Amino acid sequence: MNLKRFGVPAVVAVTAAIALSSCASNEGGGAPSESASTLAGNLVGAGASSQDAAQQSWIAGFQTANPDVTIDYDPSGSGAGRETFLEGASDFAGSDRAFKDDEIAAGGFKKCAPDSSLVELPLYISPIAVIFNVEGVDSLDLDAATVAGIFAGTISNWNDPAIAATNPDATLPDLAITPVHRSDDSGTTENFTEYLGAAAADVWTWEADGVWPFEGGEAAQGTSGLVDAVTNGNGTIGYADASRAGDLGTVAIQVGDEFVPYSPEAAAAIVDASPFAEGRAEGDLAIEIDRTSEEAGVYPIVLVSYLIACGQYEDPANVELVKGYLSYIASPEGQEVAATDAGSAPISDTLREKITAAIDSIK
Amino acid sequence: MTVQTERPVEAAAPISNSLTAGRLPKSAPWTILVVAIAVAAAVFGVVSIGTGAGFNWGGALFVGALLYIPSIWLFSTLVEGRRRAMDRLVTALVTGAFLLAMIPLVSLAITVITLGAARFDADFFSMSMRNVTGEGGGALHAIIGTLFITGAAAIISIPVGLMTSIYLVEYGRGRLARGITFFVDVMTGIPSIVAGLFAYSLFAIFLGPGTRTGIAGAVALSLLMIPVVVRSSEEMLRLVPNELREAAFALGVPKWLTIVKVVLPTSIAGITTGIMLSIARVIGETAPLLIAAGFTASVNYNLFSDRMQSLPVYVYTQYANQGNPPEAFLDRAWAAALTLILIVMALNLIARLVARFFAPKFGR
Amino acid sequence: MSVTAPIKAKLRVGDLIFSRSAVFAGSMILVTLAAVAIFLVVQSLPAMAASNEEASILTTNFWAYVGPLLFGTVWAAALALVVALPVSIGIALFISHYAPRRLASVLGYIVDLLAAVPSVVFGLWGIGVFAPALVTAYAWLNENLGWIPLFSGTPSATGRTILTAALVLAVMVLPIMTAICREVFLQTPVLHEEAALALGATRWEMIRTAVLPFGRPGIISASVLGLGRALGETMAVAMVLSASPVITFQLITSINPNTTAANIALSFPEAYGLNVNVLIATGLILFIVTFAVNAFARWIVSRRKEFSGAN
Repeated sequence: MNLKRFGVPAVVAVTAAIALSSCASNEGGGAPSESASTLAGNLVGAGASSQDAAQQSWIAGFQTANPDVTIDYDPSGSGAGRETFLEGASDFAGSDRAFKDDEIAAGGFKKCAPDSSLVELPLYISPIAVIFNVEGVDSLDLDAATVAGIFAGTISNWNDPAIAATNPDATLPDLAITPVHRSDDSGTTENFTEYLGAAAADVWTWEADGVWPFEGGEAAQGTSGLVDAVTNGNGTIGYADASRAGDLGTVAIQVGDEFVPYSPEAAAAIVDASPFAEGRAEGDLAIEIDRTSEEAGVYPIVLVSYLIACGQYEDPANVELVKGYLSYIASPEGQEVAATDAGSAPISDTLREKITAAIDSIK
Repeated sequence: MTVQTERPVEAAAPISNSLTAGRLPKSAPWTILVVAIAVAAAVFGVVSIGTGAGFNWGGALFVGALLYIPSIWLFSTLVEGRRRAMDRLVTALVTGAFLLAMIPLVSLAITVITLGAARFDADFFSMSMRNVTGEGGGALHAIIGTLFITGAAAIISIPVGLMTSIYLVEYGRGRLARGITFFVDVMTGIPSIVAGLFAYSLFAIFLGPGTRTGIAGAVALSLLMIPVVVRSSEEMLRLVPNELREAAFALGVPKWLTIVKVVLPTSIAGITTGIMLSIARVIGETAPLLIAAGFTASVNYNLFSDRMQSLPVYVYTQYANQGNPPEAFLDRAWAAALTLILIVMALNLIARLVARFFAPKFGR
Repeated sequence: MSVTAPIKAKLRVGDLIFSRSAVFAGSMILVTLAAVAIFLVVQSLPAMAASNEEASILTTNFWAYVGPLLFGTVWAAALALVVALPVSIGIALFISHYAPRRLASVLGYIVDLLAAVPSVVFGLWGIGVFAPALVTAYAWLNENLGWIPLFSGTPSATGRTILTAALVLAVMVLPIMTAICREVFLQTPVLHEEAALALGATRWEMIRTAVLPFGRPGIISASVLGLGRALGETMAVAMVLSASPVITFQLITSINPNTTAANIALSFPEAYGLNVNVLIATGLILFIVTFAVNAFARWIVSRRKEFSGAN
């Protein structure tokens, strides 16, 4: 017991001693910059792991411009991020879906003023690629019904006539298809199943959900696990954030009469072509993606991830910091950094106008 | 093959040396092994020619080794009798178990070292991830976090665990002791993620919601660490012969001094192994630290405020949330895994030296 | 004169402090465990009665949700232990009684080190190296032994099956089990061993009559620790296993039951509202299962008189 009694103070003493003596070479000291930023303090966010790579870039960019600011983003998951935000433990949340109407009505957001609305900003838009690993095939043209059939298990061989019909030039092997889906609850699955349900309702009869709706096919954890499973298997197919497609084969999806491969521009286009959710407060920019849109050049399988803040904060201390950070993310520069580092789709100028107005309304 | 079968026939001749009679020659096991592998390789070779598939070296070696076990038993039974055959069989099985287990362990070690070497450079140990995107960056913040959190967990767990095992072995009688023994076993079954949730909720009660600190992570880890310390040290203390204790009592040494000066030193090697195992058990935990200690890209030396990064969480986030280019993230993940193993290796070495210093000198 | 009072030992302050702090440490464990239990129960109660309307993660009710998870947990841990126990005893014997002494200490050191490999790394290795290596073996098993129900079904194309997960778990628990067995085997009184050998016993007979009986409680301790780790392992299983909410004994298909701890890790990040309680409640169930498994192990041990130098 003696050890314990003296141990803790000893650690504190040692801690203090080391803290005074060393420092990471890339940290601290940041000489007062000429820009003379007035922002200072700590900002904590938590939520979607899909945004993590982008958040790290945004944080790096913002902290470089404002050396006295420290921002931490916990990539703990959308659900955990919304819970954390709800109980007032974070200043902003990252989430793969907006809060539902009844969740907003129930209220109880501890950081926000009692009657405050929420500001939900679609700042991270990323195409979801359908990836596959079949030797000798780099890309395939498929319509929604075929993709749904493959993932539902009704199309089980790569030389199936349904696949061959849209790909007359490809040499399709006689090989069993192993569809791989996410084993964890995820926004990517929810967006993907929502697309299948909307665009191929005859084949895909399950409701959109973050959990894969039936037993069948292979399951893998997280985007990285899924990509690994597809890469290490043979005849495998899966869906993942497009930035992680790497050398794997990808599917061009039929929209109207043409086949559209994934691209950031096509992903941003579908967001512009989609309406905002109705009945939301001003500044709450929840989008209802139009999965069946037939406009030219849109790629309908996208993940829209939101940054969520209070319309009015209970404690005004961090308001300037939140506004500064969100403005940086919405700026062309911020969107460009995320596009380079995380492969996301930069938002369009029309959307940026609305988002900027929403950020300005934060009190 | 013929060579070994002939020899015993000679040995069985009427005039024989009774000490060496009926024994396989020393070279016999090796010869049998080589023949077994050759036979397996021949079979695999025929199959691979037959099917046109590549020759499977791993399969041939494996089947050959498998073939060796019954063959040595058979030869030994014929020549040396049932008892020696059993001995040979067990020797083969024990060695086989060892080699079998070494395959995944060696494969794992090779994977970590080759992939970890890519980013195992000076930058990795002098930089954090603050303001780093893509390539570059390091794990200084995670190394510091891991050392601090695990250190704090050890400071909590080792005294509690060791004293508990002393209680169980030296003092414990009756219900309390039985209860503690049982509940320590139950504690080994706390899923690590539940330990994390518990610590997180505990600190949320006292310090407000959403508090993520290094000390919360340390508490979560001690929940996992204590049962391992208790269970292994209890086992080692029980093995100390009663004669030693009785001799000390007979000389009038107080009980507590007997424990400190006689019982503990006698079992120090085993206890140290147990403690090192418990540290090794928790230093690589990801899930509880992700929940209780949080995630940060900056260095934090203070266990009692703000989030703290640790190496396992670092490995996990670098792997799970890869940005662009993905190789940079994977390289950092593997280098951090290698670092973690090296840290444990160093701790292990120190602990062994300490144990050797305190241990009484035995004849064995 | 006729009645002698029992001799009372002199009360020493050192003894008092030492024994009290030992009792205190023991009680601390009980208090902590009680706190964990209370935390789990309080958080779980709302979930036990929840329906799928209140908690979106449920398909019908809580018990239907937890059933397959429980099965998967016990099934994977049992498979892992069946593989790991004989192998770890084998390694421990090899190090303690077969290998040359110099080599033995080096080997012991290496095995100890492997206890430190973080579970995430086992996961990375499992998905990248181990599972792909097993695909051929599974196809062969299915082709030749497919008539055994365990190996029936369509073999997985990526090798990420419950058998792979159990093997990864076995590799993970090997170091800790081996280390404890080894330490116990090394403590076998030399006199016992020499007596056995002097009576003409072969090495195996010596081990069977002197080392193993002496080491039995240690082997059981090792199994309990190994089982505890296998039951509660989170990240490695989550990364390696291709899981669905089903109950099946098939070992080598793509559709495998999930384990409780892995399921918590998989679902927790996206959980909200009552779903969080549901997940914690599955943790409570796992806790109770561990409790039951340990009680069972204790019962087996208590049927034989425990050997201990301190008795």
